[in-house]
Amino acid sequence: MRVYTTAGIALKALRRNPMRAMLTTLGIVIGVGAVIAMMEIGAGASTALKKSIASMGANVLVIRPGTASSGGVSFGAGTTTTLTPEDCQAILRECPAIRNAAPMVRARAQVVYGNRNWVPNAIYGTTPAYLDVQDWSTLAEGEPFSDRDVLNSNRVCILGQSLVRELFEGISPVGKEIRIKNISFRVIGVLSSKGANMMGHDQDDVILAPWTTIKYRVTGTSLATTNQSTAATSDTVNTLSNLYPAAQPSLYPEHSSVQQSNNPMPVRFANIDQIMAAANSSVEIPLAIKQISEVLRERHRTRAEEPEDFNIRDMAELTATLSTTTTLMTNLLLAVAMISLIVGGVGIMNIMLVSVTERTREIGLRMAVGARGRDILRQFLVEAVVLCLTGGAMGIILGHGGSQLVRLLLGWPVETSPAAIATAVLVSAGVGIIFGFYPAWKASRLDPIEALRYE
Amino acid sequence: MELITLHGIEKTYQMGDISVPVLKGISLAIRQGELVALTGSSGSGKSTLMNILGCLDRPTAGEYWLEGQEISQLTADERALLRNRKLGFVFQSFNLLARTSALENVAMPLSYTVEELSSSEARKRATEMLCRVGLGDRLDHYPSQLSGGQQQRVAIARALINRPPVLFADEPTGNLDSRTSEEVLQMFEQLNAEDGITIIMVTHDPKVAGHARQIIRIEDGLILDNTTAGGPTPQTGEITL
Ligand SMILES: Nc1ncnc2c1ncn2[C@@H]1O[C@H](COP(=O)(O)OP(=O)(O)O)[C@@H](O)[C@H]1O
Ligand SMILES: [Mg+2]
Repeated sequence: MRVYTTAGIALKALRRNPMRAMLTTLGIVIGVGAVIAMMEIGAGASTALKKSIASMGANVLVIRPGTASSGGVSFGAGTTTTLTPEDCQAILRECPAIRNAAPMVRARAQVVYGNRNWVPNAIYGTTPAYLDVQDWSTLAEGEPFSDRDVLNSNRVCILGQSLVRELFEGISPVGKEIRIKNISFRVIGVLSSKGANMMGHDQDDVILAPWTTIKYRVTGTSLATTNQSTAATSDTVNTLSNLYPAAQPSLYPEHSSVQQSNNPMPVRFANIDQIMAAANSSVEIPLAIKQISEVLRERHRTRAEEPEDFNIRDMAELTATLSTTTTLMTNLLLAVAMISLIVGGVGIMNIMLVSVTERTREIGLRMAVGARGRDILRQFLVEAVVLCLTGGAMGIILGHGGSQLVRLLLGWPVETSPAAIATAVLVSAGVGIIFGFYPAWKASRLDPIEALRYE
Repeated sequence: MELITLHGIEKTYQMGDISVPVLKGISLAIRQGELVALTGSSGSGKSTLMNILGCLDRPTAGEYWLEGQEISQLTADERALLRNRKLGFVFQSFNLLARTSALENVAMPLSYTVEELSSSEARKRATEMLCRVGLGDRLDHYPSQLSGGQQQRVAIARALINRPPVLFADEPTGNLDSRTSEEVLQMFEQLNAEDGITIIMVTHDPKVAGHARQIIRIEDGLILDNTTAGGPTPQTGEITL
């Protein structure tokens, strides 16, 4: 007997009682719908997560100074001031697993342009390498600052998109002057937009400037010296008197401008807030951590038995935790969907048993005209599978519609997955075969005479 | 030529501990092209015998030769194949599939044949068959839209779709009034005379049995008498449907 004739008979049998067929398949519809919706939303979430991780800088390691403690009292992370830009250079030089590294100092201050002001999330003083570490090298506009700008602590900066919006109302800021703590900075570039990271932190609300500038001109100016803004802004020549605010004792004699040009980067006490380093690849992160640890222990003259005066964190830990949570949620919901499918399958089995009983005489007749047990078995199996596939198809539409609705109404990222649809089709056919088998087997074992005599 | 030969057929039903003997040693012979009536009072075992003859059931003991083949020990699948190829059935209650057109009802047995016909060919054959029983204008009617006599004729067309040499009918006129009964019986006579189909019908009605040439009377599981009327010898030629 051909499959399509069997399928035709099955469809006809189902059309005899469309309401019943629909109610029967409801379990399958809901189960498959849930599977599809879960898989689409889950795929969307994991893609979004991956993007978000990438935007935070893939394979990035953060090296921070350790905790200073005195008499058993710890002062919190970053309280030792042992990390230097030279450490950063050493890491770059001596750790083969590191692609690039950038020193960073952080500041938080009001930024003023014209009559507008804004306090950005972060003002980072760094080197051009930071853009490479963060995979942020393509600027929306302008140029990044150079190593020479860092060397000369030039007052130049790159703005994030949020600042362009807040301070400049979308007008190109390149070439304009902004003021941070009364120190004027020339805007030379605008960062491309990154959006919020996965903690909801706006990554575009940032200013990048040479770390030397931030360190010695912005954070170095204590509250007592803010009044010196006139001196700071009016003097465009980079002199040490500006690097070391007047409130602090002058450690070195003043340089003449000749000395200045001969030796533009004098030795000074410099400690930085953190180093960001990018490993070559995610698999090399553990190796990179080991290499950095060795280099820094050596440089900081830490003895073998002493604890490190710095700590290294990688994003991998965070992203692993986050993706584990998403996977766990998806799996839990899939389990619920599976239970729904089993319940649906039991419904199918129930209705197929009813159908076999109702059609006992038909079975007897078919056997009398030559149907073998296996023909009857196949007929009822195909019927159960057709029932389940119909339910599965409705479930796919429902689940897809549901996930699209979630996308439109809640704005969640959603990804249509052909694999999910294929799985749903296979699973619903499987449910039909598994739960349709017993009733079909029962039908195939009927005795033709008794079946024909059945009232 | 003997189409059917029975030797000492017995059938005993087992009802728990009690065994109920229904057929107690039936021996008979039916020639090809014969028109046979199995008669007897109700409960005498006519239907039981016909089920065995129709390969729906197996005898408890005895031999059953059909076209020179001993078939009492065939497996269920082999019997199904045999029923499909060589035997046709007409029932008292028609047993048509509801909500299925006359044409599809008639074509139904074709889906269980070994060599499969294309669906257009199957339709053609079913249409021919329905024309033969005089229902060429009722192809797409559902059983509920047909009279009892018409339904039984659809059932006859269905029984003949695979061109079987033998047709079994258990009380074919039991649910029909006398006029339509007559029609159905005339159709049997016609099929028997023109196409040489061997027809074996079960009936308790002597008037119906009167249409048959060979009348086998059963009483209490045994053959009471087996008479073949005179008249033309039945055709033995090939079936030409
Ligand atoms: N499956 C069965 N189990 C037990 N007894 C049966 C069964 N089928 C038929 N019988 C008995 O066999 C006898 C003959 O039945 P049947 O052949 O149907 O008679 P009829 O001549 O009226 O067609 C009856 O007494 C009936 O009770
Ligand atoms: Mg009977």
